[in-house]
Amino acid sequence: MSEPLPGEFPYTRGIHRDMYRSRLWTMRQFSGFATATETNARYRELLAQGQTGLSVAFDLPTLMGVDSDHPTALGEVGKCGVAISSLQDMEALFEGIPLGEITVSMTINSPAAVIWAMYLAAAERQGADWRSLSGTLQNDILKEYIAQKEFLYPPRPSMRLVTDTIEFATQYVPRFNPISISGYHIREAGSTAVQELAFTLRDGIEYVDWALERGLAIDSFAPRLSFFFNAHNDFFEEIAKYRAARALWARLMRDRYRARDERSWKLRFHAQTAGCSLTWQEPRNNIVRTAIQALAAVLGGCQSLHTNSLDEAFALPSESAAILALRTQQVLAYETGIAREPDPFGGSAYLEELTAETEAAASDYIRRIDEMGGMIAAIERGFPQAEIANASYSYQRSVEQRETVIVGVNKFGGEQTRPIEILQIGDAARKQQVERLAELRRTRDNARVGDALEQLRRTAEGSENTLPRILDAVRANATVGEICGVFREVFGAHRETPVL
Amino acid sequence: MEEGRKQSFDRNMDQPIRVLVAKPGLDGHDRGAKVIARALRDAGMEVIYTGLRQTPEMIVNAALQEDVQVIGLSILSGAHNTIVPRVMELLKEKHMDDVLVLVGGIVPDGDADNLKRLGVAAVFQPGASLEGIVEFIRHSVQQTA
Repeated sequence: MSEPLPGEFPYTRGIHRDMYRSRLWTMRQFSGFATATETNARYRELLAQGQTGLSVAFDLPTLMGVDSDHPTALGEVGKCGVAISSLQDMEALFEGIPLGEITVSMTINSPAAVIWAMYLAAAERQGADWRSLSGTLQNDILKEYIAQKEFLYPPRPSMRLVTDTIEFATQYVPRFNPISISGYHIREAGSTAVQELAFTLRDGIEYVDWALERGLAIDSFAPRLSFFFNAHNDFFEEIAKYRAARALWARLMRDRYRARDERSWKLRFHAQTAGCSLTWQEPRNNIVRTAIQALAAVLGGCQSLHTNSLDEAFALPSESAAILALRTQQVLAYETGIAREPDPFGGSAYLEELTAETEAAASDYIRRIDEMGGMIAAIERGFPQAEIANASYSYQRSVEQRETVIVGVNKFGGEQTRPIEILQIGDAARKQQVERLAELRRTRDNARVGDALEQLRRTAEGSENTLPRILDAVRANATVGEICGVFREVFGAHRETPVL
Repeated sequence: MEEGRKQSFDRNMDQPIRVLVAKPGLDGHDRGAKVIARALRDAGMEVIYTGLRQTPEMIVNAALQEDVQVIGLSILSGAHNTIVPRVMELLKEKHMDDVLVLVGGIVPDGDADNLKRLGVAAVFQPGASLEGIVEFIRHSVQQTA
């Protein structure tokens, strides 16, 4: 009996035969703060330091579909990421960075279609061909209801917008990943590794079902579905999780959906080290944690990787901390020799057994959610939310009882040794954004904006793809808040019943 | 028309401590708020969790309606310097200064000191223990009772 090799179905051992021997993973550091101009300078610095892809962190107002000058944005502009309210902000973000040549990932969900339209319009103005654009839109709304809670509209109209972007990408931006189905935030919210895996893959099934319902052929979009997982502390558990993810997805795509194209079977994923594992106490320990988590992601066969900075339990990373995090990946890639052999743990009795157990446990969750009628039904009854709340509470209790050890926090040391510098983001970003927006609203053709928004409203009320109308509105300099406002009026706002 | 609250000076020592756990601002990261709510409940307190995206006005109104002795604000987004002063101001306006206000989340030391000067009783930073928070509340509420 011969076990499948790396690059062979079900890809437990990796999606490519040579893996990093032929091409290293993409070093993609998630970054964004203050205004587009300031973030643009950070991007140029990261690229100059050898980073190979960009990843945009947006601020909370942008993530929540409100403009920087909206009252609810007070105190939040530019704090957790970069403030983007209009096409002109998006153009400033990528000034001097050729979008036709670099891959860009954007962490945006409820307003994803709008932000992507701004990106496409910015690329267009740079003269880049949409067909050559490559990158990833997070656009995973289901995990927002499950874990991260940055939702705007109820699940069904939100799923329609996601499906609109998948359809539009398939037709016009074929090298772009229109969705990154994310377990990362599920894990950060306190889930177990198995829950992270199971809920993510079950979300994937939901997106596939909606795209098929739209009339897309499975092999026309499935190769561009991408995934995003956490890289947490438990080294072997994490490697087993990635291996199980690939095998489960390959079987789902081949057997449940009858995909014929091998590319549809291959689960490609980005990994990020675990933000929730970073400690405020003895923050330098975070460098060590991150390096080991990154090692697990690489041994697990990730396609791209973000390594967290040591200061992220305090604030967004300082420039020196961000570069140190990038250096961690570079040391792994160029000094340790781990790129030499794909899936070196393949065949280890322990790891193969752990992989099989993880697969079985995740399959069981997937079956239970199928029985509930799918992920939206499960979310509506609070199932994944309750599972995560229980897991996170029992984790915290085990930390409290020192059954789970956190070095420097509940065992050994505990001295507060602070990093030298912490990035401070004041309120200057908001002031600049408010002025820029006032200028934009004064100088743009407001009749054209009004027309574009009205057209968009009619499309949103119907069933056609909204992307062309969003693009018109964006090109007319309508803002994120104005466009999301149209959807809010048509679709309504989502309110959750908290599950404790 | 400011009514203030019909505060229960006669609150019995045997009655459970009433706590409002609130999540202000745009941030949706509610892991901490939910864990704290559960831990306080397990410690015998009566906990009301507001859910997400509450304005300072909504939080203070809820605290008034629910007649709580403690408000716990969970903020991870860096917006604490805008949100917390507003909550404190509203509490003062409504003559609710005796409500114990706690802040939990990613709050740098300098900011934590400023918040305490505004009347916040304690700021619990990452790594704070659940037991420590429970003890702090019990001790502080007893003192003011």
